[in-house]
Amino acid sequence: METNAHFARKDILGLEDLSAEEILTVLDVARSFREVSEREVKKVPTLRGQTVINLFYEPSTRTRTSFELAAKRLSADVVNFTVSESSAVKGETLIDTARNIESMHSDIIVVRHPVSGAPQLLARAVKSSVINAGDGAHEHPSQGLLDLFTIKEHKGKFEGIKVLIVGDISHSRVARSDIYGMTKLGIEVTVCGPPTFIPVEIGKMGVRVTCDFDEALAETDVIMMLRIQKERQHGGLYPSVKEYARFFGLNRDRLSRAKSDVLIMHPGPVNRGVEISPEIADCTQSLILEQVSNGVAVRMALLYLLSRGAYGKAAH
Amino acid sequence: MEKLLIKGAHVLDPSRGIDAVMDLLIENGHIAALGPPGSLVAEETLDAHGKRVVPGFVDMHTHLREPGYEYKETIRTGTAAAAAGGFTSVACMANTQPVNDNRTVTEYILEKARLEGSANVYPIGAVSKGLRGEELAEIGEMAEAGIVAISDDGQPVRDSHLMRRALEYASMFGLPVISHCEDKSLCPGGVMNESFVSTELGLNPMPNACEEVMVARDILLAELTRSRLHVAHVSTAGSIHLVRDAKRRGVPVTCEVTPHHLFLTDEAVRSFDTATKVNPPLRTAADGAALREGLRDGTIDAIATDHAPHEQSSKELDFSMAPFGLIGLETAFPLCFRLVKEGVLTLPQLIAKMTIEPARILSIPKGSFAIGSDADLTILDLEKSYAIDVGKFRSRSRNCPFGGWEVQGKVVCTLLAGRIVYEAENAREHSVQAARSHNG
Repeated sequence: METNAHFARKDILGLEDLSAEEILTVLDVARSFREVSEREVKKVPTLRGQTVINLFYEPSTRTRTSFELAAKRLSADVVNFTVSESSAVKGETLIDTARNIESMHSDIIVVRHPVSGAPQLLARAVKSSVINAGDGAHEHPSQGLLDLFTIKEHKGKFEGIKVLIVGDISHSRVARSDIYGMTKLGIEVTVCGPPTFIPVEIGKMGVRVTCDFDEALAETDVIMMLRIQKERQHGGLYPSVKEYARFFGLNRDRLSRAKSDVLIMHPGPVNRGVEISPEIADCTQSLILEQVSNGVAVRMALLYLLSRGAYGKAAH
Repeated sequence: MEKLLIKGAHVLDPSRGIDAVMDLLIENGHIAALGPPGSLVAEETLDAHGKRVVPGFVDMHTHLREPGYEYKETIRTGTAAAAAGGFTSVACMANTQPVNDNRTVTEYILEKARLEGSANVYPIGAVSKGLRGEELAEIGEMAEAGIVAISDDGQPVRDSHLMRRALEYASMFGLPVISHCEDKSLCPGGVMNESFVSTELGLNPMPNACEEVMVARDILLAELTRSRLHVAHVSTAGSIHLVRDAKRRGVPVTCEVTPHHLFLTDEAVRSFDTATKVNPPLRTAADGAALREGLRDGTIDAIATDHAPHEQSSKELDFSMAPFGLIGLETAFPLCFRLVKEGVLTLPQLIAKMTIEPARILSIPKGSFAIGSDADLTILDLEKSYAIDVGKFRSRSRNCPFGGWEVQGKVVCTLLAGRIVYEAENAREHSVQAARSHNG
């Protein structure tokens, strides 16, 4: 087994914390795990006897399922713990919940929470390793990693690749994790959306900002379309889905002006006809379903690396 | 006659321009005389050589939480915390349960303070019934009972017409209206300052403008009504500009700043420590610089803590669900003493902003060693350095982001009407000066 001296971490809370080397380690390990999912018997004994808890404070189908499959393919025991917001309001604090769960001897807690920082709070309170499966509008590191993995598979490199992220940057944890990860690996990132979707001073994260989708499109190698939340309309952030689609929707006409080998990505779930037109979502350049498959491999890598980290600490 | 002589201290009373080594004589709880060392005698003495003796601090913005939220703080614990911080007078906000919007609650607070308090308590009445911002509270009756100002604090009066009427009506009783300036419609769901930090953390932002919009409105209303406005906890460079301009025009406006807005920035929120969640939010270093300039040029009249205790379990919630507020009574002086070391204020200027200035705004006979006034005083050891230990606080709550900070300048002893209400542990060991001795 290869060593992972540069992955001695208890938790994975965000790509802001990870070094380029650590990110590349995860991607390398993910690559070796991808093959497991393609076997007839999709299981290795790596995490046998370990307990992984999926602690989800927000509805999620694909991320939770992806983590669950990842853990099961590594032979871990998995428990899904879904906390409705209403029961959280009833008084049990996040810390209480976590301590309760830990009393059942969990090894890794995968947490999804509607509020930025909740996984950090959790990680400080428990001995188990914590993986952030998305916190508020802060980070979604496993998504950022699977996006990097997918780009690498197709482009073979990161340095000099141009990625355009389009949509509600303000409320997107995917955008933030993508930006942290991509800029660390030499990808040139541009974010694009109406000014109401662009948070203040985002240029300081090392990205270019534009409101002109068509202009930005011409140069780009990868288009990352973000999901538009219809509720945001009420906050006055955009006037209507129709108008949004007109200026920021990806359709055949726009795509014809992009590079011929441009790749289309989307963290899902897709709002067909809003940020992306149906025929585009299914076209050959679309990597949307591949992202989903790669997600399992990347999450297997994260679970594996954390369990090995814990191993190393115990042996110390 | 019960006499106590404070001997050999460096007495500092900005209200009277006193800044010299003197003896201070207390008789029956009142300031009886100040004189050159050795000129006064009393049987009981308190040796304060090498220390500064200043009028007891006045905090014009405290939350004592009683009645209703005794699990956060009580009048007993809150005033004990005040005494430990060198404060002998605190003005407490009206957001109790029930709200202090009628004379019965005002009288209850005053009676509790008389029985259990380690500091003078001056209640602030609500502007509107139930802090609902709909109709005026019984301001006149509360004034008779003893309130010193009115404020809806964290529920700022949204309706401009009601705010106008509140300013006019309160002026009949000589009461200032204290405004927590925040247009909440500008920061829906906001939990921290809008800046690069909020962009990175993805937390809902509160721009400077949500404070400044209301500072501007309230200044215009104070100008219109010629009534006294006090802006609570200014936190932005823009608010400083607005208040400075208003003062130049002669608008009757004053304002305060908190230690946490001076010594922390929104960078502290990166820890996701809920003790850094406060309203107004911690701002940027540029705002901090503007606040210092405001202190220097007198735009900012007073330093106030906005001491806001919360029980530990509520601060163990995630960042959005945890309540706003942090406690400040026991850390205010040592933090603010940094302003003197930074050269922002002279020591007399700092002491004035923690004593006579807030006392004047509230029209209370405090913050001065005027002969005949209550002997409320604080003894400071300006040389003493120590680490802030949250575990030793007198407050019932622990929501303080300054734990572990190395500070200089310690409150060693606090007297309320001539009676010792606080004495630092080790006060006798590490320095001879605060020891009490009986001659004869």
